[in-house]
Amino acid sequence: MTGAAPLLRVRDLSVTFPPRRGRPPVRAVDRVSFDIQPGQTVGLVGESGSGKTTTGRAILQLQPVTGGSVHLLGHQLTGMPRTELRKMRRHMQFVLQNPYSSLHPRMKVADILAEPLKVHGSVPPAQIPERVAELMTLVNMDPAVVKRYPHEFSGGQRQRIVIARALAVNPDFVVCDEPVSALDVRTQAQIVDLLHDLQAKLRLSYLFIAHDLAIVRAVAHRVAVMYGGRIVELGDADDVYDNPAHPYTRNLLEAVPVPDPARQRAKLADIAPDPQFRGRDGEQGPCVFGEDHAATGASEWHEVGPGHGVSCRFWPPGITPPGRP
Amino acid sequence: MTGKPASLLEVRDLTATFHRDGAPSRVVNGISFDIAPGEAVGFVGESGSGKSVTARAVMRLAPEGSSIEWGGRIRFQGQELLSLTEREMRDVRGRRIAMVFQDPMASLNPVMSVGAQIDDMLVRHTGVSTRAARKRTVELLGLVGIRDPAIRADDFPHQFSGGMRQRVLIAISVSCQPDLLIADEPTTALDVTVQAQILRLLMRLRRELGMALMLITHDFGVIAGMVERVYVMHRGDIVESGEVDTLFAAPKHAYTQALLAAVPRIESTRRPA
Repeated sequence: MTGAAPLLRVRDLSVTFPPRRGRPPVRAVDRVSFDIQPGQTVGLVGESGSGKTTTGRAILQLQPVTGGSVHLLGHQLTGMPRTELRKMRRHMQFVLQNPYSSLHPRMKVADILAEPLKVHGSVPPAQIPERVAELMTLVNMDPAVVKRYPHEFSGGQRQRIVIARALAVNPDFVVCDEPVSALDVRTQAQIVDLLHDLQAKLRLSYLFIAHDLAIVRAVAHRVAVMYGGRIVELGDADDVYDNPAHPYTRNLLEAVPVPDPARQRAKLADIAPDPQFRGRDGEQGPCVFGEDHAATGASEWHEVGPGHGVSCRFWPPGITPPGRP
Repeated sequence: MTGKPASLLEVRDLTATFHRDGAPSRVVNGISFDIAPGEAVGFVGESGSGKSVTARAVMRLAPEGSSIEWGGRIRFQGQELLSLTEREMRDVRGRRIAMVFQDPMASLNPVMSVGAQIDDMLVRHTGVSTRAARKRTVELLGLVGIRDPAIRADDFPHQFSGGMRQRVLIAISVSCQPDLLIADEPTTALDVTVQAQILRLLMRLRRELGMALMLITHDFGVIAGMVERVYVMHRGDIVESGEVDTLFAAPKHAYTQALLAAVPRIESTRRPA
């Protein structure tokens, strides 16, 4: 992963939610770092409350950031003046989970797709209808239906329209937050295929946020696993899925039901371990990898293979890292 | 299996017709199926396949805000459910057939402690005293894996996590030892690790209480490990049914084949270019 400059560079990104109703402040995103190369997809997986959606929003500057930096195309987005940030928005777009609520019910598809073109002044007004038709074709829909309203379309078709709207301004980077989780399995597969095709055609980079690990495997080049606001494991998708190193990742992968009756029965018959993934903030002495981070000042991150790293945090007692006695 | 097992549930030519704005629309087109005592049977399909309406038919529950007309026959333990009065049906619901839904928060009363909700169910259906009910409630909360059940019984639904709420709901549903438990997407709203725990819990309860299970899901992974037989539904019809291992290994209907082929695999060798 060396050579080309990353399209997106995230370093030590942190988001802290202020104290509420007597509860202490919450570190929703805690020193998150990763890169996305041009034309590649990073999958961000984790369970509810892990901080994955907040990470996506913080990268797009839709969420106040309390620490760290985000660079897109070499420009630092964190702390960027609003007018400049608005210009950067045409490079970064958002596709959300729910295709029912993310389209205005009383706008025709033509107007939904024309809106970003007008806002960013991407094409002369006279060429808008042509561009709208082009966008519909891009997402494999008939341009003749642009006079219709969102409710006249199925969930999968609406998600195509949402994707077309995100692509209207020719972005380089799209954050897809659970883009297929509201859809039926066959429709999911079609949208995943569409995202692949668009990536190949337009050299798009995606941050693909999802709780469904199987879907992420189908789309991501690299995968980051989040837990408790941290990335606990990051690596090429094959390495993370085939050789998970962090106990949390292993636990997560083990829990995924597989469409194979004999194997799934065996999985359910296993006595489920309920590991406690504990933090080690403020702990003295060596971590599970034998490094004393308080003394060395090094980040709590350990390479277990080329481009494949794990955090030494959230490590249940009695479990040793791979390759250590 | 030798001979034909006596049915616990025998459904014949079931139809369901919605009446909305005066226009009838049929969502279940005359389906027939059986569930034997203690058997686990899965219904799988996409949204709009009619699987949830089929589950609700057995409870004779119309989806919220709609009126529905049932047709055909639903025989449960030899009794024709569609000809029971609403009052007689109330006695069947909860006591002999219980149901667990996808969203545990919507199924619980937010202003009543979870213990009181289970007590209530026990008093209503089994006629025990409130004091005896509480003892049983604490046992039930322990049975579904809630720690310190005697203390947690006084907590309100919002004080539980999503997975714990689903455990509470399962405790309520098995409180009267029903012969059939209907679970409609019981883990769809839950995280994958919590889902695994709830599926294990349902398996254990089924074994310990000898209940039959009717599991409704869109997820082929969930259905694979939980049931002995599967019905595949599509647009109000059962398009294929069979023993679970056979159906997964050699699906016969083109629709089942297409669904199974679309399921993303965690061990996938398919890579993005």
